[in-house]
Amino acid sequence: MPYEVVIGLEVHAQLLTASKLFCGCSTAFGAAANTQTCPVCLGMPGVLPVINGKAVEFAIRTGLALNCTVAPMNRFARKNYFYPDLPKGYQISQYELPICEHGWLEIGHNGTPKRVRIRRAHLEEDAGKNLHQGIAGASHVDLNRAGTPLLEIVTEPDMRTPDEAIAYLKMLRDILVYLEVCDGNMEEGSLRCEPNLSLRPVGSPTLGTKVELKNINSFKYAKAAMEYEIKRQTKVLDEGGTLVQETRLWNPEKKETAPMRSKEEAHDYRYFPDPDLVPLHISKEWIEQIRGTLRELLDARKNRLKEQFGLSDYSVDVLASDKKFLEYFEKCAAEDKSGLSKIEVGKELANCITIEFRGLARKMNSRAGFEQSNTPLPLRHPDSSEYGEIWQGTLIPAKNLMELVAMKLRGEISGPIYKAVLEEMFFSRGKTASEIIEAKGLTQVSDEGSLEKFIDEVIAKNPQQVEQYRGGKEAVYGFFVGQVMKASGGKANPAKVNELLKRKLTQ
Amino acid sequence: MEITQKEVEHVAKLARLDIGEDEKGTFARQLSAVLTYMDQLKEVETAGVEPTTTVLPAVNVFRDDVVRPSLPREQALANAPEQSEGFFSVPRILEDR
Repeated sequence: MPYEVVIGLEVHAQLLTASKLFCGCSTAFGAAANTQTCPVCLGMPGVLPVINGKAVEFAIRTGLALNCTVAPMNRFARKNYFYPDLPKGYQISQYELPICEHGWLEIGHNGTPKRVRIRRAHLEEDAGKNLHQGIAGASHVDLNRAGTPLLEIVTEPDMRTPDEAIAYLKMLRDILVYLEVCDGNMEEGSLRCEPNLSLRPVGSPTLGTKVELKNINSFKYAKAAMEYEIKRQTKVLDEGGTLVQETRLWNPEKKETAPMRSKEEAHDYRYFPDPDLVPLHISKEWIEQIRGTLRELLDARKNRLKEQFGLSDYSVDVLASDKKFLEYFEKCAAEDKSGLSKIEVGKELANCITIEFRGLARKMNSRAGFEQSNTPLPLRHPDSSEYGEIWQGTLIPAKNLMELVAMKLRGEISGPIYKAVLEEMFFSRGKTASEIIEAKGLTQVSDEGSLEKFIDEVIAKNPQQVEQYRGGKEAVYGFFVGQVMKASGGKANPAKVNELLKRKLTQ
Repeated sequence: MEITQKEVEHVAKLARLDIGEDEKGTFARQLSAVLTYMDQLKEVETAGVEPTTTVLPAVNVFRDDVVRPSLPREQALANAPEQSEGFFSVPRILEDR
C-alpha cells in the first residue's frame, strides 16, 4: 500500500547566554566535569531560581524571526520525573503558556516554497550529561550542563519527506546562528533534533502512530534515521502489524533505530506552575525594542559587507533586504579562488546579483506570464518554482556564478559574452560558463591575425570616423571598439583589441 | 473524588516513595478526602477571575546575564553518596544507549 510520510520536528536550541537560565553558573562548553554548578542548579533545598533576562530576550528574538506571536503572559511549570541527570527531580519548563506560538518558516525545498507551521517555542532548562562508556557497573553524571537555557521549537506535522525535514532544520539553524542566539553546533549538542515520524495510507485524513527519534547529532544522521524509520514502519504495516507509539534511538554504528527503554512508567509528568518563579509579563514595548535589535543585527551585517567587499549602499541594501539574497552572495563570494581582490570580486558579484539578475528575472517572469513585481530584486514570482532555486543556488550554483564573474574580471570574456553566458546559465539549468562558452563557440579571440582582420574591416568601412579621430576627436575611439566587438560577435579580447586598434588608428 | 489503592501505588511509584501495604489504605482515604474538598472548591463561580499563579506581588524579576563563581567541585560533590573521577557516580543507567 502506498503510504504518506508525516514528519514533525522538535528542536532544542541551546541559547548563547554566558550564564545559566536560573543561576549565575557559566554555560561554557568543555569545562572539567562538575565545575560549573551551584546550589541552585544542583537542586539544593531552600534555593530560589531567578530568570536570566538575556535568555528571555533571545527567546523573543527567535520567536519574532519565526513569525510567532509572543505571549504577553508567561509562567513556568515543573515537569516532574526522576533521572540521574536531573538533580531537582523536575525540569523547569513552560507548559500551557509557551513564550512563542503559531509561527511559520517557509522552506524552499526543490524550489517549491512550502510553509512549515511552528506550533510553539518555549523556554526550559537543560539536564546534565550522563556518561556510560568505559565505566563498569555505574554511570557518571556531569551537571555542568544542568540549567543551561534551551529553546524548544516544535513544528506541526507539516513535512512529508526526510529531505523537507532537513531543509527546515538547516534553515532553522541558519536563522538561529544569524540571530546570534545559538551556535548551531549539532555535534556538541547545542542544537538537537528529534523528528516525529508516522505513516498513513495516502489520502487518509487521520495521523498514524508516531515514533519519536532521538540521539541524532548531525544532519546526515537525521536523514538516515528518518529514512530507516520509513522503511521499518512500511514493512510493519505491509505485513499487517501495528506500530507502537514509542521513542527510538538512532544507532549510527548499526545504522538502525531501536526502542529506548521507557524512562517513566507513563508519560505522566504531573506539570504544575513553579511557585518559585514570579510571572513574566512581556510588554509590547519590549517586543518592539527587540524587533529593533533584529534590525541592528542586520545593520552590523551590512557594515561588514561594505567593509569586506567595498559594496555600494545600493548593493548592500538590496542584498540585505532578504536573508536569502545575502546568503547567496556570501556563498558565491566564498567560492572565489580567482586571487583577485575581495573588493573587485565583491563589486562585480554584487552587480551581477542585484542588476543583471534583475533583468533576467524580468525576462523569466514575462515568459512565464507572471506580473512584474516591484520588489527591489524580483527574480521571478515568489509563487513560481524557480524563485527558491535561484537563492538556494540550485539554478546557478554559487561555484558556477563565481567562475563566470572571475572570467569577466580577468578579461577572459568581454561584457557582451558575459551577459550572453549568464543568460544561458539562467535558462539552461546547471551548465557551467566554460561548458556554454565551449558549446556556443564563444571562446575569446586573441590572436592578432584574426583581430587585425576585424579592425581593418572597421577602419575601411568608416573613413569619416577615422578622419575625425586622427583630427583629434578622441571620443570616437569608443565607437571603433564597439564596432570591432560587434564584428567579432563579442568574442574579441578587449585588451588586445585596445592595443591593436590604437596602433592601427595612429598609423 | 475516590482514590483507589491502585492509584496510590501509581503515584507513589512516580514519586519514588516506598510505602507499606498497611499505609496504602490510609493514603487512599486521605487523598480522597483532599480531592473531595477540591471538588467542593470547584463549585465556586470563577468565571472572569484570573488564575492565581503566585501569591507574591512581583512580576518580571530578572537576573543579568553575568557569570558568577560556581562551587568548587569538592563541595558540589560533597553530598554525593558515590563519586568517581570528579563525577557523581550512580547505578548504571540502562535506558540510554
